Amino acid sequence: MIQYLSDNFSRLLVLTLGHAVLSLVALLISVVVGVSIGAYVGHLRRYSFLAINLGNVLRALPTLALIAVMIALIGFGFVNITIALVVLALPLILTNAYTAVTGVDRGMVEAARGMGMKDLEILFQVELPNAIPLIMTGVRTAWVYTVATAYLAIFAGYATRPGQLGSLGDIIGNPSGEGTTGVLVAAAFAIVLAFLGAGLITLAERAMTPTGIKLSRSAAMAPA
Amino acid sequence: MTEAHSQRPGVEIEFRSVTKTYPGQDTPAIDNLSLTVPAGDICCLVGPSGGGKTTAMKLVNRLIDFNEGEILIGGSGVRDVDITALRRDIGYVIQQVGLFPHMTIEANIGVVPRLLGWSADRIKARAVELLDLVRLDQNFAKRYPSQLSGGQQQRVGLARALAVDPPVMLMDEPFGALDPITRNEIQDEFLKLQNEIAKTVIFVTHDIDEAIKMGDRIAVLRQGGVLAQYGTADELLGSPADEYVADFVGADRGLKRLSLRLMRDLVKVSGENHAAPADAPTVKGSATLRTGLSVLFASGSRVLKVTHDDDSATVIGTVTLDQLQDAVYETAPKAPTDVVVAGEA
Repeated sequence: MIQYLSDNFSRLLVLTLGHAVLSLVALLISVVVGVSIGAYVGHLRRYSFLAINLGNVLRALPTLALIAVMIALIGFGFVNITIALVVLALPLILTNAYTAVTGVDRGMVEAARGMGMKDLEILFQVELPNAIPLIMTGVRTAWVYTVATAYLAIFAGYATRPGQLGSLGDIIGNPSGEGTTGVLVAAAFAIVLAFLGAGLITLAERAMTPTGIKLSRSAAMAPA
Repeated sequence: MTEAHSQRPGVEIEFRSVTKTYPGQDTPAIDNLSLTVPAGDICCLVGPSGGGKTTAMKLVNRLIDFNEGEILIGGSGVRDVDITALRRDIGYVIQQVGLFPHMTIEANIGVVPRLLGWSADRIKARAVELLDLVRLDQNFAKRYPSQLSGGQQQRVGLARALAVDPPVMLMDEPFGALDPITRNEIQDEFLKLQNEIAKTVIFVTHDIDEAIKMGDRIAVLRQGGVLAQYGTADELLGSPADEYVADFVGADRGLKRLSLRLMRDLVKVSGENHAAPADAPTVKGSATLRTGLSVLFASGSRVLKVTHDDDSATVIGTVTLDQLQDAVYETAPKAPTDVVVAGEA
């Protein structure tokens, strides 16, 4: 295993970078779309049935089947795997954003409305700041799922090639060529990537969570 | 202090035959409600849950929209102005978590000023001024709501509602979540404050004692949002309109009514000074009749000596047990010559 690692180290790093880029692009798209829709539907407290159920249907789709269908529809490549990963990550982020925003104290929201905040002012100045911790939990989960699934890029026809980074799927999806050792090492890299990313997301969450929210959470957890 | 804090005293609020029926319900939540709150008065809305008191209040800032009738603030209809502008010009205080936990106290107080585009400096200065008004130290400005006690939070809630010096304030059970001692304290302070700022206040409470204490006028609502009686505490206690109101204000309304008047008023009414026995108990002129009665009963005497507020050695007169009883029995105690027996329910 050490032998494999030292023989393939620079290649592994490049593939991990490709894996990370792939996952990150899918995550960013999912965050932009999922948080916007989830938060807004949460703010309206209407159409939730539609948004949540649509999310659940997307979540139930087997990623590999989706990739196969999209090969027929749009062909091989980066777009194919990215769509597949977005379909995986988006529902997670959307449902969490929805739950986070609806979970903001209704009395507080009504106070905001009563004081003359308009809808978007309520959403951006009251609901979202209070919803950040829960939204970021969804983002973190989605990241781990995405990294764990991005190896499917190889089946979507996205592999290392001049001008294309590839993904750890180049190794994981090729056990006959790389051997069990190779698959295990590549999987370990994926796991490290997932944890590193999750850690960074946690740091981002801390930075983004307003001080007052942190204080009120620690006050709520302190023994009375 | 007064001028600096408030340049806009209250204006009249008038409900004109206002009816609100929620969609899908047969009976209205507010049924043909008409009442006028004079400028600068506190009007307490009381009633059972389901009586529509909170609904009635929320009709004013249109958090709930009425179906029929009209509500006028200072003569102009609440539907004739932009809803956002309307709300920003009405102070709003709610029970529990009205404060935004993610904002500092200063930012909380500055919510409406910020919406109105005030400069940061002006907001800062106003926050300091308001913290002072509600008797909180200036160093609270940079703290967060969770670092404050319930009573302190509610003071901030009050300061926030007063931020742009609105002529009208809506208060939804503002002190309901506080412990009795803190509640009493903050009630007293609010009354003192109200003396200076003279806002027109609609104050929702389920506690009739709080209504009697806080309200210049009290509107008693019954199930279905029907106004059962509207009047001063004294009118409600002295001549309840019907059995429902009598029941609502409590069987001890005679005693409650004693709380509304001060010993010094009764001394004036009595006129001549009877020579009281040397061992007669004394009570301050600023004590309520209820306190006087309690002192009297506890002492076994039939006469009380009433003393000057600041100087307990100066006796300003006496009050007898009979006088105390007459005070409750009169219908119109504000005009003691007009002796009419209270209509008993």
